[in-house]
Amino acid sequence: MELKDKLISSFMAFEEKVDTSSSLHDVRSAAIKNFETKGFPTKKEEAWKYTSLNAILKNDFSVFPKKENAIEFAAVKKYFLHDVDTYKVVFVDGLFSSFLSSTTHDGLDVCLMSSALNKPKYKMVIDEYFNKIASKDESLTSLNTAFAKEGAYINVPKSKVVDKPIEIIYFSTGNEAALMVQPRNLVIVGENAHVQIIERHQSLNSNPVLTNSVTEIFAQKRAIVDYYKIQNDVQTANLIDNTYIAQKQESRVAVHTFSFGGNITRNNLNFYHQGERIDSTLKGITIIGDKQHVDHYTLVQHATPNCESHQNYKTILSDSSNGVFNGKIFVEKEAQKTNAFQQNNNILLSDKATINAKPQLEIFADDVKCSHGCTIGQLDESAMFYMQQRGIPKKEARALLMYAFSNEVIESIKIPELKQRITKIIATKLGVNLGFDL
Amino acid sequence: MLSIKNLHASVEDKEILKGINLEVKAGEVHAIMGPNGAGKSTLSSIIAGNENYEVSEGSIELEGEDISELAPEERAHKGVFLSFQYPVEIPGVSVTNFIKTAINETRKAKGQEDMPANEMLKLIREKSELLEIDRKFLSRSLNEGFSGGEKKRNEIFQMAMLEPKVAILDETDSGLDIDALRIVANGVNKLKSKDNAVVVITHYQRLLEYIVPDFVHVLMDGKIVKSGGKELALELEERGYDWIKAELA
Repeated sequence: MELKDKLISSFMAFEEKVDTSSSLHDVRSAAIKNFETKGFPTKKEEAWKYTSLNAILKNDFSVFPKKENAIEFAAVKKYFLHDVDTYKVVFVDGLFSSFLSSTTHDGLDVCLMSSALNKPKYKMVIDEYFNKIASKDESLTSLNTAFAKEGAYINVPKSKVVDKPIEIIYFSTGNEAALMVQPRNLVIVGENAHVQIIERHQSLNSNPVLTNSVTEIFAQKRAIVDYYKIQNDVQTANLIDNTYIAQKQESRVAVHTFSFGGNITRNNLNFYHQGERIDSTLKGITIIGDKQHVDHYTLVQHATPNCESHQNYKTILSDSSNGVFNGKIFVEKEAQKTNAFQQNNNILLSDKATINAKPQLEIFADDVKCSHGCTIGQLDESAMFYMQQRGIPKKEARALLMYAFSNEVIESIKIPELKQRITKIIATKLGVNLGFDL
Repeated sequence: MLSIKNLHASVEDKEILKGINLEVKAGEVHAIMGPNGAGKSTLSSIIAGNENYEVSEGSIELEGEDISELAPEERAHKGVFLSFQYPVEIPGVSVTNFIKTAINETRKAKGQEDMPANEMLKLIREKSELLEIDRKFLSRSLNEGFSGGEKKRNEIFQMAMLEPKVAILDETDSGLDIDALRIVANGVNKLKSKDNAVVVITHYQRLLEYIVPDFVHVLMDGKIVKSGGKELALELEERGYDWIKAELA
């Protein structure tokens, strides 16, 4: 059976397990209907022109894991930010692992989506926020909505500065021959509140995994959200990551995406402005090789005056890897005095690597500052000679140049331990030890 | 120390050096002068090992060892230093981190441990004072947004840190005002010893008032056509190069 049919036929069984009388029933039904009509996206669609899901959809994915799988902390410790205390919401094959998690209800909620969706005390919040900013039109988001059941639920009340970072980690054990998981996260950050979140999807062996994740983030007035996505998965893991962010007046939201691994990774990152003097930051470093494929598809919807957005994506491609950057900035007529910047720099280290870069600016206001710059090139030969002349061997010189290239983005990581971790991952990828953090 | 014999080199099949002979002994300062396009910068690039040039004939020896087949970093490890005419900007790498990496990679190549951090700091402080370099300057990205003078001072600072056997200064005076020129020249003079050698490549006699050469060579059309003492530089300054051309004709 094709995956699409399998998903549609499992929907009824799925709904029987969850509460069909709830108000979510209509939301789910509408969502599965939309997916049924549209199906999986194909390269014929403009938004998916450079990324094909065909090959991965041929896997016979289980859409629900057959049993609960446990893993030892020691086996996965390295995927956590273990040198610093954090809140943790951890899932194994799509199911919550209380053993690996460290949740809280003390002063803020860091817990499970399933609780939030089912327990009456969360009903008001769910009614107000769940599926309110996520697309009802995009078929993969609809597919996720239809099966939305588990994920991280984070609610930070007004004026709360969260004392430590929150880690959301999805592990796949590979105990299923092929597994599809659909996490659903909801993050609500109250007025003047501040939170740092790290999200990671990690397979523990080489059985194919397809993750279709949706995260909704609501930043209230003057809220500050720093969100980091670490994508350093195994070669058989595929990730479609859909993130929707609604920002109110004077809020500041930054999303950093570090794409260092996986088979096919697609990041749909959408920012919607709902107030004045908002600041949005979208940054990314992609370093891939082999036949890996990473597609960044970003949207910033400037709908209100006096807001800023800053995009900076760096890509280093080797072997036969593929990179895609599609950055859309939409400035509505009302969004006067918008400052929107977009920068996308790409380095190709091999003749077989390809990058498709497409800035898309649609501007309907007349008093705005928008700029975009895109470069595609090789490593600077003269810089290589300069460094070698000072005694730095070729391999280290290359690594130093690539670090330097990524540094603008690394520099803006606000969690020091994470910054170190990312620097280390990059060093490992480049096969060098420079002995210092840039 | 540095011995160049019958060096021929070309880039994209165009012969630029047509048989250079140069003998530089320890403790000496040599100046190489010549009109634009004579091959001065090519010569310095080739000594440093730039792979864009092809050496078709001849040899480059450092302390009796042929280095003409070595990679640029291997030559650097053996003590060849080139102060670039146009130092390359490397955004994202600070001056300090760059020089630390350079020193430790050189030590690694010699089978030595990394330089202890406190020793490194002391050395950086000492050498930056010599070049009158501000501490804030050291944390800036290498050469990015540096003025001409800052770039050249930074080159000589790196030379001071690396303590090469042979230092080639390629047009180190270009883009320098008189104060910066004095600082740079003073730095070079302090680093000079009986155990190392300096090759100054320049257009003008100006720098040679501060770094006084033992020998002056005139490079024209890929060959050294005339050599003499420091007074030759003065003569070139006054009379230009045409009289040498005439002499040769």
